[in-house]
Amino acid sequence: MAKMNYGKRKADLERRSVTGPDGEVFEVDPMKNYFCEAPPKVYKPSPLTPLEKFYNWCRAESIYILGFGTGCGAIEMRPLMSPMYDAYRYGVHWRPTPRQSTVFVIGGYASVKTIKRIIRSYEQMPGPKYVLAVCSCTINGGMYWDSYNTINRLDHYIPVDVYVTGCMPRPEALLDSVETLKKRIKEGRAEGQNKYAENFEWYKANQKQIIKDWDMPDYNW
Amino acid sequence: MEFKYINILYAAITIFVTINYGLLLQGIIGKIYARVGKRVGIRIYQPWINIIRQWVTRSSIHHGIMYYLGPVFRFTGGGGILIFLPVIYGAPLFSSFVGTGDLLLVLYFMFIGTLGMALGGGEAGHPYSAIAVTRGLSQVTAAEVPLVLAIFSLTIQYGTMDIMKIVEAQQGSVLNWTLFTNPLATAAAMLAFLGSMMRSPFDVVLAPQEIPIGPPTEYQSQFLAMLMTNRTIFPVAKTVFYVTLFFGGIPLYDSFLLTFAVFFLKTFLVYMWSVFVGVSFPRFRVEQSIRFFLKWPLLIGAAAVIAAQIRY
Repeated sequence: MAKMNYGKRKADLERRSVTGPDGEVFEVDPMKNYFCEAPPKVYKPSPLTPLEKFYNWCRAESIYILGFGTGCGAIEMRPLMSPMYDAYRYGVHWRPTPRQSTVFVIGGYASVKTIKRIIRSYEQMPGPKYVLAVCSCTINGGMYWDSYNTINRLDHYIPVDVYVTGCMPRPEALLDSVETLKKRIKEGRAEGQNKYAENFEWYKANQKQIIKDWDMPDYNW
Repeated sequence: MEFKYINILYAAITIFVTINYGLLLQGIIGKIYARVGKRVGIRIYQPWINIIRQWVTRSSIHHGIMYYLGPVFRFTGGGGILIFLPVIYGAPLFSSFVGTGDLLLVLYFMFIGTLGMALGGGEAGHPYSAIAVTRGLSQVTAAEVPLVLAIFSLTIQYGTMDIMKIVEAQQGSVLNWTLFTNPLATAAAMLAFLGSMMRSPFDVVLAPQEIPIGPPTEYQSQFLAMLMTNRTIFPVAKTVFYVTLFFGGIPLYDSFLLTFAVFFLKTFLVYMWSVFVGVSFPRFRVEQSIRFFLKWPLLIGAAAVIAAQIRY
């Protein structure tokens, strides 16, 4: 079996010159070329209140969940697609790419390795974006509260809209949390994206405290 | 046909009506799919909410000029087919630019969307986009071969490439439809139809479980909204194209309701053909689908051309 080369990925991110197939030499700076380094902006809601209310209603009634199971709680998402619970009738869909989803369901404990991917996926999602934190582990660490490689409070790293307690919560609880999220969106209180942009430094400092091998720009689209 | 400015308005109205009809169709088919699986299913008006929500996304990013042009090409593909077709034969409102283009132009519009997607998805730089575009282009090219043969056969049969004349020749009786006057061409074209409807067994292009979403992996916000809008136009445009060529078109009756009922019934049934095949057969791999198209549909298409040559 081929040996995995774990050090290779980091070297790939370094600045270097590459010779093209026709002998042309060009500079490659992956950190600049592959990522966008622009910091997040605060997006003001539309000044026309009825219009913004309608937009928010649309956002609430069409929920695209990112199909990224980050912990054991993610298994509770699957029954929602089945005939028994059928979340589709509430306007809930699943998308396989962060670019096209609006709701991120963090399913339970987030290890240091996972939180890095969570941050990257969260930042790639177009706004307005919402986060549902499922299971006790996202609130206070739950049964992993003194674990060496698991974070305790998720909202130190990304803004959370709705928490679902339990270890593990039933699918019904998850459906109920979606309804709560809808209510928040319709009231215009689910502005997690703007909260993240406003307190960007604080979130980044917290993230960097946990993630030791920070091999990406501060803001990666 | 002389150019009139009012036709631009008519074309816009046609496209607007088609978008709404396509969304309604999406809702109905989503509901049918759900009921088959013993689910309640999406709300009928869910596609409208989805599309509006996508249009009002706040933040978005882009990857360059072709990334912008991809959805535009795609939209041109769907809208182009529509405005050069007599959507409702005899109604000036729904046949805006009919005299200005012929069958070849419409065939070209069918392909341009895929090409645009290749350029746009290519610039996005995601490997899944590149894989999916390669698959999509090879599959669509293979599916076009029987379709083009069927259309050659029609051209020989009717002696023209003018869509209006082909519809005209099919009026009067059900037995005048191409379905009955040239069944071989219809069979070849209906098999080719499956290849570009993005449904199983020919949905390896999107393949959500394998290469997430395919060509539009990197598309988000308003870019995706544009693609979604086209996703509603394109199937309707395609079904109208098939109805026009093979199933007698949609003539204008005295009663509006009757016209709409015929329009709905014909397009819905042609659309359902791909849905029925889709729920019955598992997904083909790319080489399997290409082999499929280059076997029976191709032979039927060739037979249709020969038969038309002998008969007419």
